[in-house]
Order: sequence, then structure tokens, then C-alpha cells
Amino acid sequence: MSTFSAIGEEREIDRDEYTPGVEPQPTWCPGCGDFSVLKALKQALPEVGRTPEETLLCTGIGCSGKLNSYLDTYGFHTIHGRSLPVARAAKLANPDLEVIAAGGDGDGYGIGGNHFIHTARENHDMTYIVFNNEIFGLTKGQTSPTSPKGHKSKTQPHGSAKEPLKPLSLSLNAGASYVARTAAVNPNQAKEILIEAIEHDGFAHVDFLTQCPTWNKDARQYVPYIDVNDSDDYEFDKTDRVEAAEMMRTTEEALYEGEVLTGRFYVDEDRPSYGQEKRQIGEMPEEPLAERYWDDEYEWERSYDRFVGKHE
Amino acid sequence: MTDEELIWRISGGSGDGIASTSQNFAKALMRSGLNVFTHRHYPSRIRGGHTYTEIRASADPVRSRGDGYNFLLALGDSFARNPQEGAVYGNEEIKPLSENLDELREGGVIVYDEGLLDPSEIPDFEERVEENDWHVFPLDLRGLARDMGREVMRNTAGVGATCALIGLDLEHVEDLMRDAMPEKILDPNLEILETAYDQVREEYDVGDVDVSVPTGEHEETQLLMSGSDAISYGAIDEGCRFIAGYPMTPWTEVFTIMTQNLPELGGISEQVEDEIAAAALAVGASHAGVKAMSGSSGGGFALMSEPLGLAEMTETPVVLVEAMRAGPSTGMPTKPEQSDLEHVLYTSQGDSQRVVLAPGTVEEAYEQSRLAFRLAYEYQIPTILLYDQKLGGELVSVPKSHFDREPNPTLGKTLTEEELAEQPHSPDGKFHRFQHDAEDGVTPRSIPGQKGGRFLATGNEHDPTGHISESPDNRVAQIDRRTRKLEAIRADLDTEDTSSYAGPADAEYGILTFGSQQGTVEEAVGRLNDAGVSVKSLGVSDMLPFPTEEVEAFIESVEEVLVVEMTASGQFRGLVQKNLGRHGEKLSSLLKYNGNPFEPAEIVDGFEAAIVEGDGDASGHQTTFVPAAGD
Repeated sequence: MSTFSAIGEEREIDRDEYTPGVEPQPTWCPGCGDFSVLKALKQALPEVGRTPEETLLCTGIGCSGKLNSYLDTYGFHTIHGRSLPVARAAKLANPDLEVIAAGGDGDGYGIGGNHFIHTARENHDMTYIVFNNEIFGLTKGQTSPTSPKGHKSKTQPHGSAKEPLKPLSLSLNAGASYVARTAAVNPNQAKEILIEAIEHDGFAHVDFLTQCPTWNKDARQYVPYIDVNDSDDYEFDKTDRVEAAEMMRTTEEALYEGEVLTGRFYVDEDRPSYGQEKRQIGEMPEEPLAERYWDDEYEWERSYDRFVGKHE
Repeated sequence: MTDEELIWRISGGSGDGIASTSQNFAKALMRSGLNVFTHRHYPSRIRGGHTYTEIRASADPVRSRGDGYNFLLALGDSFARNPQEGAVYGNEEIKPLSENLDELREGGVIVYDEGLLDPSEIPDFEERVEENDWHVFPLDLRGLARDMGREVMRNTAGVGATCALIGLDLEHVEDLMRDAMPEKILDPNLEILETAYDQVREEYDVGDVDVSVPTGEHEETQLLMSGSDAISYGAIDEGCRFIAGYPMTPWTEVFTIMTQNLPELGGISEQVEDEIAAAALAVGASHAGVKAMSGSSGGGFALMSEPLGLAEMTETPVVLVEAMRAGPSTGMPTKPEQSDLEHVLYTSQGDSQRVVLAPGTVEEAYEQSRLAFRLAYEYQIPTILLYDQKLGGELVSVPKSHFDREPNPTLGKTLTEEELAEQPHSPDGKFHRFQHDAEDGVTPRSIPGQKGGRFLATGNEHDPTGHISESPDNRVAQIDRRTRKLEAIRADLDTEDTSSYAGPADAEYGILTFGSQQGTVEEAVGRLNDAGVSVKSLGVSDMLPFPTEEVEAFIESVEEVLVVEMTASGQFRGLVQKNLGRHGEKLSSLLKYNGNPFEPAEIVDGFEAAIVEGDGDASGHQTTFVPAAGD
């Protein structure tokens, strides 16, 4: 038996394997968009052939962070805004793991914004799902980085004076090599996009519009939605940065005018992932580092033999 | 003034090669058979500003900087600012000479670069020279270097002049230059070295100079090493193959050494966006089964509070190093202090647990770096190695054999898949990673990718599978178990011999210190003993869990104790009192927080004033006496 025999295992996977026995029913509010992320993931993972024990799901804090309680894989429910640095290090330590990070819009675009920019820039081979409900849910309805200008809440009683953050444009400019938006009300597209994101060799960012029926009652339920890749109204090349940027800008502005545009906005299959780049310059081992600690044959070098001589 | 030691100070501006020249000269002295100890003083500037490095060399062991020094090589500050009248920084050009006179001992030697420095700009220079019986040698080092090579080689000319005056054979310096310099610059440097040497020998009667190089012999090969080197090598020998960090002085040294060495060992180094990410990456890598570390200095470590708490709560092993510098806030970035002690002990919310070790010497830095990894991984707890700019940067000669040890890459209590299959699981197959019952509090962990090992790591309170739980019974069981680990670690540390004692066991008085002040305190104790004062010292390394019994026994064995530390508020004394809960009436403090580490004489004088004379007034020093509570 190898050390990590769950990795690369070839077998039929039932989506029920991802449902934990401890808490099979999520505690999200009825009608919450988060259910759709969970469902889409449970559909996507078996299709890409990833078992619960070769998958590491890292989440932040918020309603979205509860995903770890309802999706039965190896999990790391981290702290607010910090899922990405934990996740990308796990990927570097063991590139054979399927690493998925997830969190809300406050988590990823607010407090964790710096990590989002830099993880995208580095193009780690992982998937990042942002549950974007344009509000802080678990703390009961405060204005978030993606709340529309003028959004009123207990912490913004006169309406937000800020322009909302534009996550797709930010992601593209930061360096993500796969950028998509889907919506909870669009389960088939969501599943397809998650499959593509997981299979993509690089940083795949999925902005997942998840309606919050409790704290964001004024907001749209993200219907009707339009898939920009299928619509005759929108013509653009998703492999072209300039066209992608323009389409993203249109999409981000349209959302606040009541038009929900979704789909794949940017896909760069040629850009090497961060792991490939690091290996290219000799800064990362070919074999997963995590396996070395279980290899009885491995000869650990000593600083005495290797380094102290130069101090003589 | 003693002939038994040379304390050579080279001064100039940042960017003038003071660090590299002094490092090479220290090594030459070490190779000649001497023990060496260096002390660096530099500003937070890339170019210019008052900078010096001091090398203390003696045939006897040296564990501290000395009292003042006896040989000054003053080079020009090539980046000095030309001040307008009344500028706050004064005339910087003359500082390599003027700023170093106060600490030069009577009978000391001054070599200065007359091509750049004009002592007539220093008030009363001639009088002071006469008063102190200094021997002054103006040499046109810059001119000589320019004629035979390039101006920057004037440091070499200064070293040549030094050798001529103190009687050090050029052979040691030449050997070193051959090792350290690329061929292109080697020849002119060798020529400059020899010319300066000959010139001094020809022009001056060096027989008048009272300062000479001692002679010594080592029984075994020595290394010239800093605390930062030792910490890095300790980490490597413990199987650490992952580091993440963000630059900050003085922690950057460990980060750099690790980053330069890890790829060769098939390891990974990540320079990331901030210190929150740095510590979180170390946690993520460790969770995935790699021995990992991060670190920073005060301000950067403040950002690590969050991931530190996460590591504690999820029982993810991780080592963080904290290189202290003078605070608060940005403070004095390049100056040593020990005032982050309470910061690392208490930062992060809740009843969080951690281990904090503060090594006192380069040898201990290596050992305790290894110990930090062993404890972190065996007990699944974050361990902090606390040191300072002084220990991190001082180059010291240490026996090579100290490092001749076997590696220990073990991950601690982890399970194979076969072993996992035997462990308790929930009906849905989730591994009970956080079982309630474990005598020492440590429950075995699985690594992602292992079959039968899946669990949830979470910063929320959690049940045995890691599932979020707010059940009162589970809460108490889990927090009690996590806390139990510290008791087990304390018992483990009792077998490790991390404390350092000096002076007679039956002494009347005691000096208590921690971390990098240990060597200086021990030298002071030696001098006090020689002067007939009955005093001993204890240098403590275990900050948390604290060796309460050991420290209490020390305090109880003496009449009074002086606590020596580089803080303004007596943080270490506070820690002692917090843990002991009594004996406060026996503890007084000697504090220093002006940006410079203690000199042995300051501790000798401070001790005599505080304990022997009792009034605490050690005039002439920038140290502060705080009497015992109730005094």
C-alpha cells in the first residue's frame, strides 16, 4: 500500500460519497444560492474522477465556509479571507491533491483580496469558487465589497458611497488563467463550469452568484440569466485578453442594471501553472514533497556535509 | 586595557563594504587560532550613515562583545550627506571617526583614511588623543587603493595597515581573500594589502603600539557562524523543506539562507504577499504533510497572529521564528531588543497554546531550532523560536563538531493507511482525528491523500472528526486535551538541558536573564567572581512552557536576584513573577533599551550598584535599574 493510495485511484464514484453522515442537511436558509454550489460540486467531482480522499477543500469563514461541513472530503475550514494561502501551499506540498478553495465575496474580495490577487498572479493549479451574494450573510446583512452603490444596510444606513468591486476584471488583471461566472439558478452551466475549472491547469476563478433570500431581499434572484458564450447578442473571443476584458466590464456593469450575464470570460490553456514554472527554474522537486517523508530509502542530507564547510 | 584581546572596530557608511570586510577579517583571525565574536551596529539605510562592526578576538573563549574596544579603522562614509548648517543629522562625513571615539579604550589605536577624514573638524581631537594616549595613524587609504586598483578597495588597504600594526601575519588574510574573491579583483587587492602593510612598517615605528594580536590555537576546526545560520541549519537537519516569508529586518537573514539552500535539497521556498499569507502557507504545507516554517520580526509577526491561532486550534505543527528588533511599531529596525517577548507569548485570541524557545548562543540556536521542530511535530503545536537582531547577526567562532549530528525528518504522530484502518471512524467513514482521550493530549493525524484518513481541520471548536461542535462536554474535553500537551512538553523539556548556568552553585546572589544576553551576563559573572563577588547566573531558554521549578529553585538558593534584559518594561521579570507567583521582593531589574546590547561592564557595574551598594545608580551607563517590588 502506498502512502497516499487515495490519489489517482480509478473507480466509479457515487455523488453520495460526498454527503457526510454527520450533517447531511445543510443549515443554509431555504432558497439560499449556496445549495447550488454544493450540488454542482457533488456532480462535478465524480465526473472528473476525483474521490473524496484525494480532494482537499479549503474554505474561509461565512455561510460559504460551511461548505466544508456538507461536502465530505479532506477539508480545511481556515479563517476569514485566508483559504487561498493555505490551499496553494498544500498544492505545492503535494501537487497530486485536487485542491479547491471556496469562500464568500467578503472573504475573497474584501479581507482576503490581497491573497486573491497574488494567488491569481502566480497561477496556482487550483480552483477558487467565490460565493458572490453581494452581502455579508453570516453576520446578518452588512454591505459587502460587491454590494451595489447605494446599497443600504445597518452598517451603511445612508447607502454605500462606494462603487462595487469588479471581480472578473480584477481576476483577469491579476493573472488568473480561467475566469468564469455562473449563477445558482443555472445548475447545468454551474456544473459544466466547475468541471472545466477543476480540469484547468492553472488558477481557475469561478464567481458564483448565490442569491441571499434572507439578507439581500432586494437583490435579484439572478434571473433571467444569459450565457454570453451561447448568446447571439455577445460576440467575443474568450482566449483574447482584450476582448475578454471588454466582455467582463460589460457583464459587471450589466449586473447592477438587472441583466445577469454568465459564462466563460477568459481561458488561457497555454500559460504554465505556478508549479510548472517553479519546477522549470529548479525551485520545486519533481516528486511530491509530501511523499518524501514516507520514503524509508530517502537519504536526508545534513547541513554538516552540505553547508557548514563554507564557514571554516 | 588588556593585551589579551583585540577588539577591532571598522567604521564607515552603509554600502562601504563594512560587513564583508569585517567578516573576512574575523575569519582570518579565527583561522589564526583565535576565538572571535562580532558585534554589528548599522542604521536602517542602504547608503551612508554611521555603521561599524566590532570583532573581539582572544585566545580564551569569547561569548560577548567587550567593554569598548582598542583598535579603530575609520574609513570614509562615501554616501555621507553634506549638511546645511543646523541639519539634524550633523556632519556625516566625519562620523566614522568622531562617533567612535567615546568607546575607544585608553592606549587604543586609530587608523583613519586621511583621504576622506579630516580630524580638525572634531572638537578637541588632539587633546583627547593626548589624554587617552591613543596612537593615531593617518593613512591615505583611498589614494593607495585608487592608484593600484579601485577606490572601493580601500578597506583592503585598511586591513593591511591593521595587520602591520597588530602584528598579524598577512598569510591568514591572503588565504581568505583567495577563497572569497573572484580572480579579477584578487590580484589588485593582494597588492593593495601588501603595499599598505609595507608602508606602515616602513613609515612608522610599530613597536610603540600597545595593541597586538593575541596568539591562540584551536583544538578542533572552528566555524564562523551567526545565529541566523545556526537556526537555518537546525531547521534543515530536522527535515524542514518548506519556508514561506516576506522580507523584514532582521528575520530576512534566516529567510534568505533557507531560500538559497532549500532548492538544492529539493525543498520549496515561497516569498509571498504578506506575513498573514506566509504563516498560512506554512500551515497549509504542514497540513499536507511537509515540515514547514515561516517567520518574521515584530511587525510582521503581528500579522501572523491569525494563522498562529489557526495552527493551534487545528493542531497543525508549524515553526515560526521571530527575530526581535527595537519596537514599538517600526521602532529601530536594525537595533536589537528583547521586547517582543510578551507579544509572542500572548498574541492570538482565546486560550491558545504554543511553545516559545529563546536560545542564548549560536550553538543553542542550532539545537533549539531542531528542538522547536521536534516539539512542533511531536506535539502538533506551533512552536516559536524567539531571538533578536543581536543573536541573529553576530558572527561567532564555534566548533565544527557541534553540527555533526544526524538528521531527524520524522513527522511526529502520523499514521500509515494500515494504521488508519485500525483507528476509530464515524459510520460515514470520517477519521476521528481529534479523539478526546490521549494521555499527553496528542492524537495521531492523517495526511490528505491517505485512504481512510479524511477529516475536517477547522478553526471552530470541533468534535473528534473535526466537525464543528458547540457541545459543552466536547468543548471542555477538547480544550483540556489541547492544554494537556503543554504539561507533556514541560516534562519533555526537563530532559533537554536548555538552561545555562555560570558561577558557583552556592553563590549568594543571582543574575537571571534570557535569550541573547546570556553570554554577556556569563562574562560579567566571571568578572564579578574574579573580584570576589559571590554571584551566579541562570540563562533561561524555555519561555513557554516556563521552567517554573527550576527558576524557583535558583531564586530560592540566593539572597537577591538581578534580572537582566533588553526591554524597557521588564517583560522577562514579569514573566518570572507571573509563573512563580511569589519572590517578587527578591527580584530587581537591570534594563537596557537604547538600541545597543549590554556590555559586560554595564552588568558588572549595574550589579554592584544594585545589589552590592544597593542604590542602583550605575552612573555613566545607559542602563536602567528598577528595584524589587516592596522596596
